Amino acid sequence: MTTLHRGAVTRWNLAPPQFDVWRIREDFPILKQTIHGKPLVYLDNAATSQKPQIVIDTISRYYATENANVHRGIHALSERATQAYEGARETVRQFLTAADTREIIFVRGTTEAINLVAQSYGRTFLTAGDEIVISAMEHHSNIVPWQILCEQVGARLQVIPFNHNGELLLDEYARLLNERTKFVSVVHVSNALGTINPVKDIIEMAHRRGIPVLIDGAQAAPHLPVNVQELDCDFYAFSGHKVCGPTGIGVLYGKADLLKRMPPYQSGGDMISVVTFEKTHYNTLPYKFEAGTPNIAGVIGLGAAINYVQAIGLARIAAYETELLAYATAAIEGIPGLRLIGTAQEKAGVVSFVLDCTHPHDIGTILDREGVAIRAGHHCAMPVMQRFGVPATARASFAFYNTAEEIDALVRAIHTVRKVFG
Amino acid sequence: MMSELRELYQEVILDHNKRPRNFRKLEGANRTAEGYNPLCGDQFTVYLRLEGDVIRDVGFVGSGCAISKASASLMTDSVKGKTAVEAELLFDKVHSMLTEEHKDEANLDELGKLAVLSGVWEFPARVKCASLAWHTLGTALRGDGETVSTE
Repeated sequence: MTTLHRGAVTRWNLAPPQFDVWRIREDFPILKQTIHGKPLVYLDNAATSQKPQIVIDTISRYYATENANVHRGIHALSERATQAYEGARETVRQFLTAADTREIIFVRGTTEAINLVAQSYGRTFLTAGDEIVISAMEHHSNIVPWQILCEQVGARLQVIPFNHNGELLLDEYARLLNERTKFVSVVHVSNALGTINPVKDIIEMAHRRGIPVLIDGAQAAPHLPVNVQELDCDFYAFSGHKVCGPTGIGVLYGKADLLKRMPPYQSGGDMISVVTFEKTHYNTLPYKFEAGTPNIAGVIGLGAAINYVQAIGLARIAAYETELLAYATAAIEGIPGLRLIGTAQEKAGVVSFVLDCTHPHDIGTILDREGVAIRAGHHCAMPVMQRFGVPATARASFAFYNTAEEIDALVRAIHTVRKVFG
Repeated sequence: MMSELRELYQEVILDHNKRPRNFRKLEGANRTAEGYNPLCGDQFTVYLRLEGDVIRDVGFVGSGCAISKASASLMTDSVKGKTAVEAELLFDKVHSMLTEEHKDEANLDELGKLAVLSGVWEFPARVKCASLAWHTLGTALRGDGETVSTE
């Protein structure tokens, strides 16, 4: 059984033999459809991933058989729902190799996780004149919360630049760190360029000065094994919907000693222990940060998604996607007039490109008519576009259920673009 | 599939994309407005020289996809010499063409060259591209954009 390519065995067919992508694709009902009469080729995984049947079934079964509020009722359903909810927290803890389930906070997504840290940690511990370091390849969700915090407390934002390949300049980063630096927040894998950043080094350099670090793992968690204790990051954020889970659920990991010192981000039910009109005592971790009835179905669905990807194995997923990326890069580079944006040594399965003859938006429309779903635009990373002097790029992003044949379809569709605009 | 794409990307559109007409900052403009589509990054500035109520000259600069650029180019050709009211009425017709199936060919004839954009309605995601320059023109005409000094 060939894995990457079902047809003739190619030299790219190097994935571990037990990785059966065709078997895996059977788990994803959405992939079986046609778009404009062509088989769907879904290459917009950096925007959101598709959901395996087990995730869809788990959510459906929860609503059909377990639905009740958590942490409240003494009845059987509430206990069942609470068990499933807290069971998912343990699943996430294992997924990130965190030390303690109290360090796993359920939020709406990466964006809310970063906002939580900026507002709760930032407004408590940063003051006028302090500096926050981010990188030039951040998603807007790791720029704007810090800009708002800067306005609130009078802090300043410093930005680590990157080179023409899309690799962060660590020497520049070292120069930015000083006694005023009070926080570092950097993306693990760039959504626009695919760069895998050396976050372990970045964290170590900050820690030498006692500066806490948040890692935006939205694009990393679905594609690489993440071990927060080995990284020694202070905070790690990711979104469920990019890891085959439902939308509206995400995770903030935080070191317990930091989370304990932080005030609640939102307030209401579940995050309290005792309320009188004189004084409220907050609940313990992680509930202090989970005000109100949480997204129970989302959490349980996320648990199922993580179990699913872990059964395949993140290391195997990473290895397979590396093969896909190499195959795609080689196939696409040869197209006349095409320029790759983001050519870092260490890259995840993202191919961002521009064509000399065609605007990315037009590329997106034509590819869609060929059944190929990609993203065209600035990818919520406008500073990255400015750095490369392009208004937008076309971006194909891969998941472990994509195949070499789908990349062939992408290449054929790009040739159609060139024909239309020829 | 190619036929629908050809319908969208007609030769005239590809030509106006490659060689946009009136693609210049207009000297002596007395009205200007900037149009921006934050979702895709298309960005145009439209310049007008109004004499009384009549558009004597029009130009535009900026960057965007083929649909937005060709639409802007075709627009500048078609509004020259028209009054502000006539230009707004024309946009109403263009907007209908971009968003509705065209049952009556006569309506399309009335739009002249602009009818090459009639394929857009099959691509709802692209309506914003095709109407960006027109919205910008409207802002410039109403004068709620930045007004350029004529000195």
